Amino acid sequence: MLELLKTIEWTPFILSFELAAVTTVILFTISVPLAWYLSETKARIKPFIEALTALPIVLPPSVLGFYMLVLLAPSSVVGRAVHDLFDVQLLFSFSGLVVASCFYSLPFMVQPLQSGFESLDRRMLEASYVAGKSRWTTVFRVALPNMKPALMTAIIITFAHTVGEFGVVLMVGGSIVGETKVASVAIYEMVEVMDYAAAHLYAAIMIGMSFAVLLGVYTFNYRQRYKRGGLYL
Amino acid sequence: MIRIDITKALLGSEGLMELSVSLAIKEGSFVALTGSSGSGKTTLLRILAGLESAEGTICIGEERWLDAAKSIAPQERRIGFVFQEYALFGNMTIEENLLFVANDKALAAHLLDITELYALKTRRPSSLSGGQQQRVALCRALMNRPKLLLMDEPLSALDGSMRYKLQQEIILLHREFQTTTVMVSHDPSEIYRLASRVVVLESGHIVHDGTPKTVLLQTSGSQKFAFEGELLEIQRVDVIAIAVVAIGQQLVEVVLSEQEAEGLNVGDRIQVSTKAFAPVIG
Repeated sequence: MLELLKTIEWTPFILSFELAAVTTVILFTISVPLAWYLSETKARIKPFIEALTALPIVLPPSVLGFYMLVLLAPSSVVGRAVHDLFDVQLLFSFSGLVVASCFYSLPFMVQPLQSGFESLDRRMLEASYVAGKSRWTTVFRVALPNMKPALMTAIIITFAHTVGEFGVVLMVGGSIVGETKVASVAIYEMVEVMDYAAAHLYAAIMIGMSFAVLLGVYTFNYRQRYKRGGLYL
Repeated sequence: MIRIDITKALLGSEGLMELSVSLAIKEGSFVALTGSSGSGKTTLLRILAGLESAEGTICIGEERWLDAAKSIAPQERRIGFVFQEYALFGNMTIEENLLFVANDKALAAHLLDITELYALKTRRPSSLSGGQQQRVALCRALMNRPKLLLMDEPLSALDGSMRYKLQQEIILLHREFQTTTVMVSHDPSEIYRLASRVVVLESGHIVHDGTPKTVLLQTSGSQKFAFEGELLEIQRVDVIAIAVVAIGQQLVEVVLSEQEAEGLNVGDRIQVSTKAFAPVIG
């Protein structure tokens, strides 16, 4: 066992977590204004946007992966534009994985944030406007701090979901060591070459880390709820 | 002087209704806004705050808050608003709630002192009683030294003794800050105690406007006492009938003649009045 532990190649895990961290930061930045807009708007376009952001939940990763391939290919308009502007090749690269992950995990960030915003006391937000505070000040100093469980859920679930990505990542990134070979892809390859011992170990590590992350979220939210009820001081 | 001349179409419980109010309020005065629920009181308050749109004009002194061309945002109006359900910022301490509005520590300390909350300033709103929370909301509303203080049934969620205490504090604060105040209230005793003027709205229109004394003291002719109540039951006893009437929180029995009982139905709103009698107040 010890022998095995010493042979573990940690790069896929580090890549997975790097990808998840970058994706979470980008998605948070995009999703706060989007979720706020969706929670405030009465425009007819709202269900349309909601359906669009929820699509990655129901679509097979292969569908998203296929369109990502088409979209990010160097021969496509987007791929070429990105290449000309930033000198970045999106297909089979870490940057490409980030773009694909942002699409794939978008609903996991937007939905908890939106329902968090919607559950807030409207009067509390109005009290902030009346006090002379702008929309942004109100979002960051009043709204977000008063919906910590929703905030935690959004951030952690997005992170965890990105760590758990497989299909899209494989299609868009392939399996380049140190660049696109994340933990889930590494396990898949081990199974393919029937290296079950290593696959067991990698899979166990994934389960342990994922469980720890989720346990953290649920414990935090449980405590927050008690705090709100005034029982937990 | 605050001049209000606004209209707004409202969808009330009884269909479409037009809120149409024309009002001039003297600087420093305390106006109570009353009327049955759904008469448009809260909407009028929210229009004054800029939280809802309306047609017409609102002018305060030289400033124009609303006219055909523009509507100044609530952020720019410098108002104080006290909501019925406190609406405090749960993530901040009591003191932070006040300082969030304006970073004026001296004023915050002074307000918390008047309302006897200074010792609680590091606590979170959720650990306070309803009465304490509403006092915090009142202090918070005064932190930006508002040109206009708006209160939407501020005391209706509180019990009797706490309500009385807060009324005293509102009087104290109004005397000190001289803030022009508009308060929505259903409680005649509260209006009588606090306001110098009362405006009654019905179905979006002003039906009474005067001092609390002329509007609220509903005695006329030689009647000395008159109460509005709801007829709960008519009991027939031999040749007379006894009516059970709910007046406010109290139930009373009134003797009726056969003819009087004829014209009444359970559930009617009725007036109980009595002439020429000397009550004992003890």
